[in-house]
Amino acid sequence: MTEPVISGAPQGTPGIAGELDVIRLLNHADDNMVLAQRLGEWISNAPDLELDIAMGNLALDHLGVARSLYTHAGNVEARGRTEDDFAMKRPEREFTNLLLVEQPNGDFAQTIVRQLFFDLYQQHLWADLANDEDETVAGIAAKAAKENAYHREFSGNWLVRLGDGTIESHRRAQEAVDALWMFTGEMFQGDAAIYREGWETVTGAILAEATLTVPQDPYQKSGGRVGFHTEHLGFLLAEMQWMQRSYPEMTW
Amino acid sequence: MVKVAADTRRTVASVVDPEIPVLTIEDLGILRSVEQVGDVVVVTITPTYSGCPAMRQIEDDIATALRREAIDDFEIRVTHNPAWTTDWISEEGHRKLAEFGIAPPTGLDEVLCPRCRADSPRLVAQFGSTACKALMVCSSCGEPFDYFKEF
Repeated sequence: MTEPVISGAPQGTPGIAGELDVIRLLNHADDNMVLAQRLGEWISNAPDLELDIAMGNLALDHLGVARSLYTHAGNVEARGRTEDDFAMKRPEREFTNLLLVEQPNGDFAQTIVRQLFFDLYQQHLWADLANDEDETVAGIAAKAAKENAYHREFSGNWLVRLGDGTIESHRRAQEAVDALWMFTGEMFQGDAAIYREGWETVTGAILAEATLTVPQDPYQKSGGRVGFHTEHLGFLLAEMQWMQRSYPEMTW
Repeated sequence: MVKVAADTRRTVASVVDPEIPVLTIEDLGILRSVEQVGDVVVVTITPTYSGCPAMRQIEDDIATALRREAIDDFEIRVTHNPAWTTDWISEEGHRKLAEFGIAPPTGLDEVLCPRCRADSPRLVAQFGSTACKALMVCSSCGEPFDYFKEF
């Protein structure tokens, strides 16, 4: 907890460039890990069987990406940490996922809006990283880009159905958009700023098709990338990590 | 790196996918190479989907197959680049899939019912029983079937 990932590297690690690379890998791994955990909460609770299976599929894709990135981060870092160490043994402050993905599922509308916002961000991210100079990252991204196309289709179609559906589904969809909008700006910090324009265009078009309005409140919240989270992440990690915390080094 | 003996390659190539047991890992294009590096047989595989739960099982099955042939010096490497694509599924793989009742990955517009060969089936669910499949229903014979999604 007192030792952030960025510092305290012992000898034998790959230097500053390597450490920045590890941080970058963990950022994306954590996004996918946390969102997978959230989506997994729907299993056995989704509105119908097809959606239940769809949620499991989305979760599995994100989990798979997270596992590949964690494993690669461990190899780059060269300190012997495995995917399980990253997922199960780091405290909340060392997770650097976006605040958006840790937000609770809420109702189905909120889950779909969260997914769409994130899917449209990852569309740009994976297209970019598919050309990364790290060829393992490029391979993982090329694979994830194809999965992301299915995710976007799912979340986009559902948002249109909900927004342009009944009075009740429209109300809930708009409430979800309004509630989550403040977490969208964080996706475009730093190098990711180049994704913003494309994201805003597509998001605006889908919201318009869904007869929903883009929130005008300029307030934005951030902190996830430096480990300052909303209150929700701690609870998520407590549930995810409790077995390993209660029975250290237990294995299946 | 030198070529491994043909029967060693055959041993590895005949390992089947645990979820679609009519297909070998060679049919699926998961198996990238089997090479002899010094005394070690190096098997390189590429994951199909990011979260495919069968990958661990496939690694175990390769290990078991090699040990059965008394080959104990081996290493299984997983490579992510180039990323796997359904284009790597062989012709033979396509044929076996259809025979097994799963429409092969032709693209949604060209899917044929694996039972009656009718075209224009209806997509029921984009996410099916496994990460690689969608659920469709034949508009002619009315049977539901799995479609191996194009990736």
